[in-house]
Amino acid sequence: MSVQLAMPKSWRIDTKPHKFCPGCGHGLVLKALGQAIDELGIQDRAVYGCDIGCSLLSWDFFNVDSIQTHHGRTTPVITGLKRANPDLVGIAYMGDGGGYAIGSQHLVNAAARNENITVILVNNTQYGMTGGQMAPTTMPGQKTETSPYGRDPQKTGYPTQGPEMVAAITREGAYVARGTVANPKQLKGFIKKALENQIAGNGFSFVEVLSTCPTNWRTNAEETWKFVEKEMTKYFKVGEIKVPEPRHEEGK
Amino acid sequence: MPEKPIKGEKRYFMTGNEVVAYAALAAGADIMYGYPITPQNEIMHYWTRMAPKYGKNFLQTEDELSAGFTTVGGVLAGRKSFTATAGPGNTLMQEPVSMAEAMRLPIVVVVQQRGGPSTATVIYSQQEVTMTTIGGNGEGFRIVYSTSSHQELFDYTIKAFNTAWKYRFPTFILGDGYQAKMRESLTMYDPEERGISLVPAEPYVGKPGTPGTDRPPEQYRNTYNVEEEIYEVVQNLARDFNAIASEVAEYESLAADRSEVVVVAHGVVSRAVKEAVNELREAGISVGYFRPVTLRPLAEKELREAADKARVLLLVESAHGQMARLIKEAAYGCKAEMIPFFKPGMGITAEEVAARVKSILG
Repeated sequence: MSVQLAMPKSWRIDTKPHKFCPGCGHGLVLKALGQAIDELGIQDRAVYGCDIGCSLLSWDFFNVDSIQTHHGRTTPVITGLKRANPDLVGIAYMGDGGGYAIGSQHLVNAAARNENITVILVNNTQYGMTGGQMAPTTMPGQKTETSPYGRDPQKTGYPTQGPEMVAAITREGAYVARGTVANPKQLKGFIKKALENQIAGNGFSFVEVLSTCPTNWRTNAEETWKFVEKEMTKYFKVGEIKVPEPRHEEGK
Repeated sequence: MPEKPIKGEKRYFMTGNEVVAYAALAAGADIMYGYPITPQNEIMHYWTRMAPKYGKNFLQTEDELSAGFTTVGGVLAGRKSFTATAGPGNTLMQEPVSMAEAMRLPIVVVVQQRGGPSTATVIYSQQEVTMTTIGGNGEGFRIVYSTSSHQELFDYTIKAFNTAWKYRFPTFILGDGYQAKMRESLTMYDPEERGISLVPAEPYVGKPGTPGTDRPPEQYRNTYNVEEEIYEVVQNLARDFNAIASEVAEYESLAADRSEVVVVAHGVVSRAVKEAVNELREAGISVGYFRPVTLRPLAEKELREAADKARVLLLVESAHGQMARLIKEAAYGCKAEMIPFFKPGMGITAEEVAARVKSILG
């Protein structure tokens, strides 16, 4: 009699335990995504694309067809895939560097074109894989390897407000939300809605997730949670930012 | 909705870019992704006019990085996908091509070469040979057809889709601004009526069945933990590429095995070379030509034979030695002296080639 593991059905069990650092938020985001895939029953037609950076460690995370692409290029790969075969459910998974820096032109233009894909962007305020450099999302005053005296907004600007930007440039029909690993149940709901929105053919669906990086933050468990719950939320407001108008099919 | 754009055979007089759009349709291409750049724009112009009539698609992307990576996505979804670019766009295209190369994704890329850098010129150039054959952070496992006429643009664009999907390596049509913009006559045809069967596309992801239950998941990556892993990947690519090289390699030659001077040229420049060689031979001069049709892989065996029998190989190109590097590498150790005739970014006439051959022969 095997033990029933508390893992989503769509997880690939032989690649667990996963490859992320202890305390990393990716596992929680991918659990929420796995649950959403299970609940929607789309394991057979979802295609999961992950970026370069820590997200690449998830290339074999799911029992879902997957493509690990280049840095910042997951959005166009999933866009091209979805355009070529609209029956697939395209999921582009990336970090804040991939989405808001090197791949920002892809994010902006895919959003502006209202590409019918789902983008999940994990925001941990710095570049994790390369050793903790400043990212577009680094908090004012936050110390990183390339802002060792703290980010000075006068010199390097304020954190990118990604979902707010995406909400501003997308049309009605788009879904935009910011979740947090501190509230996994809410996060799963956001991701599920973002996938449902794509399946309904409404258009671009975007979820940013506030996440943790104790390795590069050099924080203990208590400080890690305090940073994600108290500090990050000073700049990054959690909640749904753009919700499509009700679809008339829903009344049936 | 009509299935085929061309039925039977018919003569046409049109620009090279228009020819490419027709050829892609004839080859059964499903979707083009592209970003505007001269001199390839009209490929998109004609494709976007014709595509909806045949149930085909187009996406104009935000740049060539995106054009290349969306083409990669189209191929992963199992559709015949292509893009077209030139110059600085080809530079950006190298990143997606590197991914396609390592994952064996049969993207088709049409490059209409222009003189570099950036805007520079958009007419006559062979300055994208190095980048197209071995660019990117990889080993250059791609197939490159260098066309010289509108008939070849048609024939080899159709062939490129078949080659790509048969061998699963990124495949290029390497033209230039002159071929792209010039009008010329050619015969267009339905390939299947000519007995050319079209290799079907197959999905890499999104295959039938639930991954983990009915089948293992399809998972493609470019991340490796240890040196041995990437070594094995590259060794396998090299083995497969080398195994198909002689089957894929194409060339044209005239008296290359029995002439004192053999002129080597590719693409549109080879037309001037052929004309010069024919005239010189009529005058009784011992000269032949060797024209690689595929720049990667090269027809190495035949090239080496020519390079061993001739006294001189005259290397003629509209670049500063980009083809010459490929030829010298392939013909390393052969007896012929290699003499350059480089006019980077400039047109080369038959008269110039003939004069150079005569001066070599004294």
